[in-house]
Amino acid sequence: MRDRNISDLMAGTVPFWNDPDKRAIIYQILTLALVAMAAYYLISNTLANLERQNIATGFGFLQKESSFEIGESLIGYSASDTYARALWVGVLNTLKVSFIGVVVTVILGTIIGIARLSTNWLVSKLAGIYIEVMQDIPVLLQLFFWYAIFYENLPSPHRAMTPFAGVFLSNRGFMFPVPESHPAHRYMLLAFAAACIAAWALRRWARKRQARTGRIFPVIRANGCILLGLPILVWTLFGAPTQMDVPELSGFNFIGGVSLSPEFGALLLGLVLYTAAFVAEIVRAGIQSVSYGQREAAEALGLRPGMVLNLVILPQALRVIIPPLTSQMLNLTKNSSLAVAIGYPDFVSVANTTINQTGQAIEGVMLIMACYLCFSLLTSLFMNWYNKKMALVER
Amino acid sequence: MKRIGLCVVALALFTLLAAPAMAGETLDAVKAKGFIQVGVNQGLFGFGAADDKGVWRGLDVDTGRAIAAAVFGDATKVKFTPLTAVQRFTALQSGEIDVLCRNATRTLSRETSLGLNFCQTNYYDGQGFLIPKKLGVKSAKELDGATVCVLPGTTTELNAADYFRSSGMQWKPVVIESTPELNKAFFAGRCDSLTSDISQLAGVRAVAPNPADYMILPEVISKEPLSPAVRHGDDQWMDIVDFTVLAMINAEELGITSENVDEMLKSKDPKIQRFLGVNAGNGKALGLDEKFAYNIVKQVGNYGEVFERNVGVDTPLGLERGLNALWTDGGLMYAPPFK
Repeated sequence: MRDRNISDLMAGTVPFWNDPDKRAIIYQILTLALVAMAAYYLISNTLANLERQNIATGFGFLQKESSFEIGESLIGYSASDTYARALWVGVLNTLKVSFIGVVVTVILGTIIGIARLSTNWLVSKLAGIYIEVMQDIPVLLQLFFWYAIFYENLPSPHRAMTPFAGVFLSNRGFMFPVPESHPAHRYMLLAFAAACIAAWALRRWARKRQARTGRIFPVIRANGCILLGLPILVWTLFGAPTQMDVPELSGFNFIGGVSLSPEFGALLLGLVLYTAAFVAEIVRAGIQSVSYGQREAAEALGLRPGMVLNLVILPQALRVIIPPLTSQMLNLTKNSSLAVAIGYPDFVSVANTTINQTGQAIEGVMLIMACYLCFSLLTSLFMNWYNKKMALVER
Repeated sequence: MKRIGLCVVALALFTLLAAPAMAGETLDAVKAKGFIQVGVNQGLFGFGAADDKGVWRGLDVDTGRAIAAAVFGDATKVKFTPLTAVQRFTALQSGEIDVLCRNATRTLSRETSLGLNFCQTNYYDGQGFLIPKKLGVKSAKELDGATVCVLPGTTTELNAADYFRSSGMQWKPVVIESTPELNKAFFAGRCDSLTSDISQLAGVRAVAPNPADYMILPEVISKEPLSPAVRHGDDQWMDIVDFTVLAMINAEELGITSENVDEMLKSKDPKIQRFLGVNAGNGKALGLDEKFAYNIVKQVGNYGEVFERNVGVDTPLGLERGLNALWTDGGLMYAPPFK
């Protein structure tokens, strides 16, 4: 009763500029108006000036013929395709190097991070030196270094190194044979997908059974058999096609098989070695954040070392590791745009060419920004989901 | 590094575009600030490059000086902005430079969609292939399956794609952003061939570890009329740049050089009298001093002098006049009458 009286009283006497709630709303409206005005000024001015200078605008150019060739592509592409397809080739090339890079970096970084904590003096010092050196050299320099190593040291295609029959290493790239395309491959892929689902179900079942009865099921071995066995079974059912597509020297270069270019190799190597040093430090910090008593307690319970790591240390370390690891994964993806410097046709490189051929810099830069924003948001989304899953559930 | 440059240019585009329209007013703006801002190549020997004393030299650089001589009567009233292939047109569009003299090829799509106008061509070039002699190739037709180093952001990329496509040959481009890095990869054998304008290939071969090991194949696969460019919509400024280049060509045709131009003032030939401003008219029509052509020839030279000084047979580039000879000598350099 008394409260209402006071608030009635205040509503009547306190002017709105002294009411913190109303003031907050006014500030927000003002800020929004300023941002909107700045955006309107920039956009309208740019459009007006582009029109005055007779510069083409809009994204219509995406449907025009690109007329330029791209060195390597995951999908079929030729100079008679559109700019949209050329840019898509660039996006896929960026995804290719980023995805492989992130996977290899996490594995290598984890190994080095654990090596850094090793009780073996030499191993831990070597890991320490690796981390210090790689972290302190700019990644662009590392890329130039690896690229120069590749093109200066590898022989010409005619004198290519052949470590195994059918495998060639030259300054044109790393060529290796792949199975010739066969309808069986599609079904093998389907079989593998089915095997993945089966493996996941088996793991779930084994966990439930262990919780219920305490009996341990050899999940890893069983799942390995399923994942390998199912595709191989399908392959045998199709009559086990063994025809290989082997690279062959013809004229200037190898034809057939699959090739990885020196540009791709140098970019991947540079990015992985650089980022792995940061990941190693993150992994080390994560493991050290778990108090030593936890390990001792686990050992006192009679758990084997592998189980100590899997069941006690890692679940607690991961929640420290995942957030900074996410930002390293984003770093690697964004650093992959340095590919321009060593000639790998990534998205920025293709977009640069597009901008220059069409003259539409604003649209091109917008595409580049939107694309990297997409990559980063998707990576963050996935890692945040994983982080939530891994976070300690407080009871 | 280039990406940063690109961002800077994009930013400049946003901010500088806020400047008011300058249609018809480039000349006034240039006169007000007292010099001409010319966009040139960062380092293309013979066309636009700073020498070891920091003095800019080259055919394009001299074209820029000639414009300053025409406008101010003083060839030194010029400042140079080195630009990459990717930055060049944006720099012109945004008003950062007044004229672009940076071996830019005139094409229909550039002329129509980039908001600029090309002026009289100051070098007729064509694209070719540079190869190591030990490759044993005598013609570009034998390049099927070759790996070719290409400089990005140029018409070169398109021409090479067109050439291989129309000849039904396979190829693999290696596109590296910076010219020195690209050259290094080529010399180390990463590519079978390097493709660019022939004048540029001559420059690359001149800096090779052993120039005699390399040769330029005979095929010329494209037309590259390299021309200065100005912003679209300022016809007067375009006329000035146009007739500056034409004045250098006309001077050569009339036999006027930087040495004899003072004697030529006394010539009885009405063509020469009109050209050098002894008989007034031309200068006023362009909005310039009547002596503009005299100043160009006196301070920079005629086209032949500029050519021989920068790229001719006595320079490391060692280029013949070829298409760039006067029309009277079987070339393409032809100036309309100055009257």
